[in-house]
Order: sequence, then C-alpha cells, then structure tokens
Amino acid sequence: MNAATVATMRITYRDALREALREALRRDERVFLMGEDVGRYGGSYAVSKGLLEEFGDARIRDTPLSESAFVGAGIGAALNGMLPIVEVMTCNFSLLALDQIVNNAATIRHMSGGQFSIPLVIRMATGAGRQLAAQHSHSFEGWYAHIPGIRIVTPATLEDARGMLWTALMDPDPVIMFENALLYNLEGELVADAGAVDIDHAAMRRSGSDLTLVTYGGSLGKTLQAADRLAGEGVSAEVIDLRTLRPLDMPTVLGSLAKTHRMVIVDEGWKSGSLAAEIMARTMEEAFFELDAPIARVCSAEVPIPYPKHLEDAAIPQVGTIVDAALRTVSRHA
Amino acid sequence: MHEFRMPSLGADMEAGTLVEWMIKPGDEVKRGQAVAVVETQKGAIEVEIWESGTVERLVVEPGTKVPVGELLALLRAAGEPVAPQVEILPPPAPAPVSKVPSPAVPEGRQRISPSARKLAEELGVDITAVQPSEAGGVISRADVERAAQAAQAEKAPAPPQEAVTGDWRRQMRKAIAAAMSRSKREIPHYYLGADINVTRVTNWLAEENTKRSVAERLLPVIPMMKAVALALREAPEMNGFWVDGAFRASEAVHLGMAIAMRGGGLVAPAIHDADRKSLDQLMADLRDLITRVRGGRLRSSEMADPTVTLTNLGEQGVEQVFGVIYPPQVAIVGLGKITGRPRAENGTVVVRKVITATLAADHRVSDGHRGALFLAALGRLLQEPEKLR
Repeated sequence: MNAATVATMRITYRDALREALREALRRDERVFLMGEDVGRYGGSYAVSKGLLEEFGDARIRDTPLSESAFVGAGIGAALNGMLPIVEVMTCNFSLLALDQIVNNAATIRHMSGGQFSIPLVIRMATGAGRQLAAQHSHSFEGWYAHIPGIRIVTPATLEDARGMLWTALMDPDPVIMFENALLYNLEGELVADAGAVDIDHAAMRRSGSDLTLVTYGGSLGKTLQAADRLAGEGVSAEVIDLRTLRPLDMPTVLGSLAKTHRMVIVDEGWKSGSLAAEIMARTMEEAFFELDAPIARVCSAEVPIPYPKHLEDAAIPQVGTIVDAALRTVSRHA
Repeated sequence: MHEFRMPSLGADMEAGTLVEWMIKPGDEVKRGQAVAVVETQKGAIEVEIWESGTVERLVVEPGTKVPVGELLALLRAAGEPVAPQVEILPPPAPAPVSKVPSPAVPEGRQRISPSARKLAEELGVDITAVQPSEAGGVISRADVERAAQAAQAEKAPAPPQEAVTGDWRRQMRKAIAAAMSRSKREIPHYYLGADINVTRVTNWLAEENTKRSVAERLLPVIPMMKAVALALREAPEMNGFWVDGAFRASEAVHLGMAIAMRGGGLVAPAIHDADRKSLDQLMADLRDLITRVRGGRLRSSEMADPTVTLTNLGEQGVEQVFGVIYPPQVAIVGLGKITGRPRAENGTVVVRKVITATLAADHRVSDGHRGALFLAALGRLLQEPEKLR
C-alpha cells in the first residue's frame, strides 16, 4: 500500500459479517456464537459458514428451536463473564425471547444497582422483500428502540457490517444488531484493513442542501438511489444513515435539518408508533423553527407484509415512493 | 366634511401602518369611538375619532404605511348632505400597489412555515406583508428571502424610509432610545426626593381591603396615584407639555403609568382624569390598561395624552427611582418600595412605614421650590387617606 492507493477487497455484506465474527472469535476467547443452525448448517443466511470447522463446537453452538431458552442462556453466560453472540433467525422469532430481552437483559444492570452487566450481542435478520411472507418479514427495530437498557444498531454498509460487531461486544450492556436480510448479498469494495467502527453516531452518506432524507438499515440503499434520481430533477438531497436507533443521534439529524429545513424519513417499520414517528416528534420538540415544510414519512403499509411479489413491493418503501415524497416536500414551496 | 387624519401617537412617531378599519362607509361613528387599528413602534393601537358623523369614505387601504397627518377617511357631519360623487377629493391613490394584498388570496389564516417565520423575524421582514410564490400557497423561507431582498432594494434609494416590520420589540427599543436621548439632550432635569410617612394610608388600605372581595381589592399604588394626581392640581407647572419653546399647562391630569412589557420595553399610557376618578375606578382602569398593554392593544388617546408620568418600581424592591422625563411632558414622579424605617417623632424613635417619592422635572418650566411644594402636597394628601376617595 502506498500513499496514493488504498488496498481494497471485493466483499459481500454477508462475508463482512463473517469476517467480523472471525475477528472477534480470534481476538477474545470469551467470545462464542450460538443460535439455530449456526454450526453445521452455516447459518440460515450462511453468515457463519465455515466457522464450526475453524473454531469447534464449543464456540460455534447449534441450539434447539427455543429462542427464549438460548437468548436466556446467552444472558446467563454474559452475566458470568463471557462475551456471547446470539443469533436469532429473524426478528419475528425474537418475539419468543422478548421476556428474556426486555425483562432480563435490559433491566439487570439497573435492578442490581450496577453490580451486574450483560455484554451480550444479539444478531437478528429483519425486513421484507424476499417473499418470505408475514411471519418472516417484519421490521421490529422501532419496537426494540423503545426499550431503555439496550442499544440498537443497524449496519447498512459493508464498513458497518464489518465494524459494528466488535464495538458492540465491547459495550458492557446488551446490543441488538439488526441485519436487513436484503443486504446479505450487497457487494462492494471494502478497505482491506477495515475494523471496528463507532456505534454512537449517525453518518451523513450524501451531502445536499434542499432536503434531508433520514433512514437506516435496509432502506439506506434505496434512499441513496432516490437521492441520485432527485439530483436529476434538480433537487439536492442529503442522506443521513442513523446507524444506531437507540440512543438516537439527534444532533446529527438536526444539524442536517438546520441546513436544509426540510425532512423526509424513510423507515421500513409501520408508520403508527414507528421510529419515524419518534424522530418527527423530537424534531418538533427540538427544532420546530427550522422547519420550512411539514416532515414527511415513507413507511411500510399498515398490513402484515404480503407474500405476492407485487404486493410485497407495494407494501414497503421503494425508490419511487421516496422520490415522490421528497418532491412533494420541496415543491410545496418551490 | 370632517377629515380624519393619521394621528401622532407619540412624540417620535413619524408614520404608522393602518392594520385594520373597524368601520366601513355608511357607518355612524361617535366621538371617542375606536375606528382603526394602527401599528406603530409601540405595537398595535386602536385609534379613536374625535368627531361624530357618518363615514363617507375610507381613503387608505389596510396594510399601507402612512405619515402622521395624512388623510385616512372622510366623515360627514350630522345634517350635512351626501357629497356628490364628483366632489370626492383625492383620486384613488395608484401609489404603492405592491403592498395591497391580491384579491386571489383565499379567506382564512395564511400558512407560514415555522422556519420562514423565524427567518422573517431575524431579517426584520414583516411576515404579514410577504406573498407566497403561488397564490394560496405556503410562505416559505424562499419567499421571505425574496421579500427581504425587495425591501433592501426599495430601501436603498430612499434612506429615511423605514421598512415596515413586525419586529416591534426592536422597534420599541429604538423608540425608547430616541425619546430618552431627546429628553436627556433637551430637558434640563432637576431631581428632588422626599421620604413620606405612609403608615396611615397603608393601615387604612389594609382595613379597606378586608371589607372587599379579592377581586375588588385595591393595590397600594392606587391611593398613591390619586394623591399624585391631586397634588399636581396644586403644582400646575408639573402637568402639561413643553411645545415650541413654551410651556402649555394642562387643566386635566392624565396620569401616564409606566408599565413594563413582557420580554422588555415599556409604555406609559394615560389614565385619563386621574384626579377626578374614584379609587375603585382607578383600580379598574389600571387593571384594564395592564391587560391591554400585555395584549398589545392600546388606544391612541392613551398613548398621546399623558400630561405627566408616574413610575412605580417599589414592587421590584427599589427604594427610589429618578426618572427620565418623556417629552413633551415636563415631569416624572417616581415611587419606591414601602419599607418600615425608624423615625424620630417627639423625641423618640418609632418605626413607620415610609415611601420615597421622587420628582424629576423640567427646569425650563419650574424651579426646585415649586417641585418641593409638589412633594410636600403629596406628603400631606397621603396623611388623610379617607379623603382620597
């Protein structure tokens, strides 16, 4: 490597996640991975493929189909000094472990007066778009972001897929990592020495001056495409990737709004009681006088995500619906 | 035919913006009736008319800024025949067309984005005069920026033309600065102060108030106001105006009450004929005045008429205040806090309730001796509270 060029490698989001797991397993012997089919099958999204052979069945552990039991076991292991990574196949299934997550993982530090901490990372797939129907396609990031005591991260880029895991493991409190399943095949260039990244701040993914598009996770790619299309219409859109949904980095969001004065929030969750609603509310509370137009939202239709392709596509945010909402927001006064 | 003209609503007013007509052609108006709302540096003021008759014609459109003395409306006196159409004096002014709202704007509240509103405040743009880029649309930052640029361009060739601005807090500060600078520049003030024993009036008031319901109770300042007004009758050199190099005494005592506004600034509108009003009437008038000051709606006569000013900072714990005279008035009376103080009476020390009354007066009009007589009269009147009623 010399000063002029930085060595990069072609990599997918899935491989970046695997590299992050491998690094963590190598770096600290307290780290282990557990979940349904993570070992012999290599993970239902093939993220942990090959790790059983490399690290052995003490550290790559297949579990029974019992989310409550193995998430609870992860909490217990973390309490006893381990750094567990628990994979839950989809966030729909994580509801079976909600009691463990909400009543134990999120509370024990507080209920023990700070005597115990739970450095647990729970990874789960989220989102629609693969015709897996209503029981495998929902987005519950916003729900989890409601709960104090846990941190919610949503890697949307190769860098974050590669870098968020280690930082999350180093957090003394539980972190839930939502991996949008449409992203696993995302492919691109990543610097060869990519490593841990910060999980405290939102990131500006594209700079612009006419409006701010706020998004996260699986909708980031669509939002960036929408920004490209908007540029063709003469509208300069800034794109903010929230990255961490709890705690929310409002200073970054409001800093962008102070520049553009208009905002559209793109959130694959349902609109009612959504994370998008929370961002709107905080913007009203903290930056009402920056607004030059009402804030708009592009969210999922208020239906269980449908199975048929055309209905599924119509139910979730798409490039076209983001562009339309953005144009309405800027042309209101153009 | 009576001509109703833009009144001067303060010593430093040069022009005002007609915000609203409260009358229409054909209406019967009575002397003293509020007929229009005019925006000045001191806020929106209801302007009264001083002739009775029938409204013949409204000459000026709402939204127009008009210099003091300009014709606003024509009034037909009782019995006067309806003027033939031809005789109407000024032709419909083709003047500043841009400020007349376009008829295409729909009824109801203009929608303005919060950010546009804030920007307008920062740029000193009157948001009510900004037009949205599409008829019926929302006023955005871009519209405010356009209006600010237009105002800038308009302002450049004619320097004294002040842009009409809704930011009247800043404007009020300017107005106070102008009036007070003029006062200190032109008026040779002299200052006197006297401690007055108010034990009797305070006790009397406390007893009066026990007989009253909470809503009817009198504030301590009320008997003071009455006593000041009565004392002014005995010292006519303190009550009136200095105009064109000469003093014009006023028969009536219109007591200007200095009232602080929320968020800064102050006004001193008149309580008319304070010397002739009962304490209850003074209380009612003061309450009404404060409410309207805070709500930003004063009447023109209240702004222009005070013959003297009373400032009372006692509630803030101040013991004495030496005021700056509000021109063209010639005196300002100050009242401090009522405190228990040791006093020597008949060779012994007793504790009495005492207030420090001050006078700042115009030496062109009166001398310290006359001022001293005024304070003495005030002190005497306050010893007989039951006679203040």
